[in-house]
Amino acid sequence: MNNLKTIKYDRGIKMFKYSKKLFAFFAVLSMIFVVACDQQAGKQSKGKSKTLENTKKRGFVRCGVSQGLPGFSNADASGNWTGIDVDVCRAVAAATLGDASKVKFTPLSAKERFTALTSGEIDILARNTTWTLSRDADIGLTFVGVNFYDGQGFMVRKGSGIASTSEFNNGTSVCTNLGTTTELNMRDFFDSRGISYEPVVFEKADEVVAAYDAGRCDTYTTDKSGLAAQRTKLSAPDDHVVLPETISKEPLGPVVRQGDSIWEDIVRWSLNTMIEAEEYGVDSTNADMMKTSNNPAIKRLVGAEGELGAAFGLDNDWNYRIITQVGNYGESYKRNIADTGILPDRGPNELWTKGGILYVPPAR
Amino acid sequence: MNNIIKRYIPQILAILFVVLIFGFLTLNAQTNMDNRGIDFGFGFLSQESSFDVQFSLIEYSGSDSYARAFLVGLLNTLLVSFISIIICTILGVIIGVARLSSNYLIKNSAAWYVEFFRNIPLLLQIFFWYYAALRALPMPEKADAWFGVTYMTVKGYYIPAMVWENLNVFLYCGLAAIIAIIVLRNYANNLRDTQGKQIPVLLYSVGLLIVLPLLSFLFGGVSLEFEIPELKKLSKISYIYEGGISLPPELIALVLALSLYTSTFVAECVRAGIEGVSKGQKEAAASVGLTPNQVLKLVIMPQALRIIIPPTTNQYLNLTKNSSLAAAIAYPDLVLVFAGTALMQTGKAIEIVSITMLTYLTISLTIAAIMNWYNKKIEIKEK
Repeated sequence: MNNLKTIKYDRGIKMFKYSKKLFAFFAVLSMIFVVACDQQAGKQSKGKSKTLENTKKRGFVRCGVSQGLPGFSNADASGNWTGIDVDVCRAVAAATLGDASKVKFTPLSAKERFTALTSGEIDILARNTTWTLSRDADIGLTFVGVNFYDGQGFMVRKGSGIASTSEFNNGTSVCTNLGTTTELNMRDFFDSRGISYEPVVFEKADEVVAAYDAGRCDTYTTDKSGLAAQRTKLSAPDDHVVLPETISKEPLGPVVRQGDSIWEDIVRWSLNTMIEAEEYGVDSTNADMMKTSNNPAIKRLVGAEGELGAAFGLDNDWNYRIITQVGNYGESYKRNIADTGILPDRGPNELWTKGGILYVPPAR
Repeated sequence: MNNIIKRYIPQILAILFVVLIFGFLTLNAQTNMDNRGIDFGFGFLSQESSFDVQFSLIEYSGSDSYARAFLVGLLNTLLVSFISIIICTILGVIIGVARLSSNYLIKNSAAWYVEFFRNIPLLLQIFFWYYAALRALPMPEKADAWFGVTYMTVKGYYIPAMVWENLNVFLYCGLAAIIAIIVLRNYANNLRDTQGKQIPVLLYSVGLLIVLPLLSFLFGGVSLEFEIPELKKLSKISYIYEGGISLPPELIALVLALSLYTSTFVAECVRAGIEGVSKGQKEAAASVGLTPNQVLKLVIMPQALRIIIPPTTNQYLNLTKNSSLAAAIAYPDLVLVFAGTALMQTGKAIEIVSITMLTYLTISLTIAAIMNWYNKKIEIKEK
């Protein structure tokens, strides 16, 4: 009996010592957390672009792109990214850091892209992303413009004899990508026509292609540019045809995080510069000559007149660098989309002066 | 009194610490979300989802709410887990026992099976069953009928649907059969204990289970018809089957991969369980005059089960969590429908991911609770 008591007493003392140590440990830890909380709360930038500062400090632009969509953002065997989305990020790098190659590309699935941007993993999302009201307003994102006007279409097997979307029957199985406006448009399309369909939804574009190729689905739907690009990955591309109808508007463009309006402006005007340069006939080959042009609008575009960069905290050659290092929109389109055989015809992505709908506010 | 304080202070501090961590995380998330203009809230659950789902156990269309889309995903996850758990258990027991067989061929093929399937990553197996098997399957119009009325095609497995009349009468008869079996068992146990007589309970039980429902067809007005899938033309070259039930290939591939993979682990648990019972038990049981069947049923299995159940529970939990790999092959489970499409359409990442996590936690805890209850039931009861 006595023995037992001693043991209990001993334990009590040990416990007391132990608890003292524990107490000190927890006290210190909680203090650290309180301090950390305070720092978090005080993190607010005013007047300056935090993103720009961080980018300069880091030495590269962090850009989110697709996991491989030829023409938009696609990496070759040696890891070089090309595409018109890629060129937007390169333009921003040229404008802010002076070197178009200083971009770190992060391939993202459709599902991951917005979270990566809002959580600060990337600073620009240039991933053939459709500009919609709910995306712009709801989830902490801001769309800065449109670098490709697209629309959703359908691809079917040539042998099916289907020549128009009006010929789809009840029970059609449709392969598509997860987490895109495609899923919503598809529902609008089939519901409004009263056709029952089977959506087969994959996370990666390559998986959609493989399943469609294997005959799992009767049709493959996504943006028409995407269909044209993915068709090249099929085992027999010539056996498939993209139907003429366009069932939705898909203005694709770069996106930035909400809350840094200067960074937003830099990305917007980097894109606009590329488009305006094409409008005024300025390209990577003649930009030097244009510095002595008679047209003040052109001189402003190549940084020979005005102080356009100052508003963003950039030097005056920012737009000149975009044009010389990346090229104008027409060059980018030709290099990435026309010459690769994806969509040789520019369609709506032609300048407004040439019958398209590319129209940007004046850079002045 | 002093002692009590000393004892509880560390525990209170520990709780405080946990609360602080969560408080910090919440505060941090809140500040960041405020800075980025993201709202937090669960109001979106009642909004219209406006997307369709390929395969659903309940009525669902795009005009239903996100909450219903969640339910669709949850049920699909439960469905695939439930089927796979049953198949992997049956397979696992067979393979586990086969590994202990004295037949060289059976023993070694079972061992090969286990080593093969458990050493290939599950995701690869899922891809294999989906893409490799998918390519090998025929298009609907070229499919041969299996068992006369079912068709295995690249677009799914089509089986006849059952059309019942007076299904409730049939179910009541089934229920009556089960009650009769319980009564019979009690009677048989009683008979054995008091008079030492044995009656073949299993045989009678199976008989009851067949005869009673069969009677309902003859006298209860129950009738069963089969709706057989029929080929329908969609376009010049594409066909589907209409009528009957179609099991999407995604479901089949997932069930195959999950149950084959997990069955190897279950097999090892079963083998461990049986080998864990000492030989002396078997010999002792035989020496008191029990038949080999009775030895297995009354002596070996009750002891083996105690060893088998806890690790097998782990395998069931793994299987359920692994079912979230479904998203890779377009099977509309919880992750694909809710943490995929719904998350994308609403942008409510924190809300949706935490709901999904809580749901998986709940499913796992439920399975664990059921298995623990069963384990308690069969464990050694010291008297």
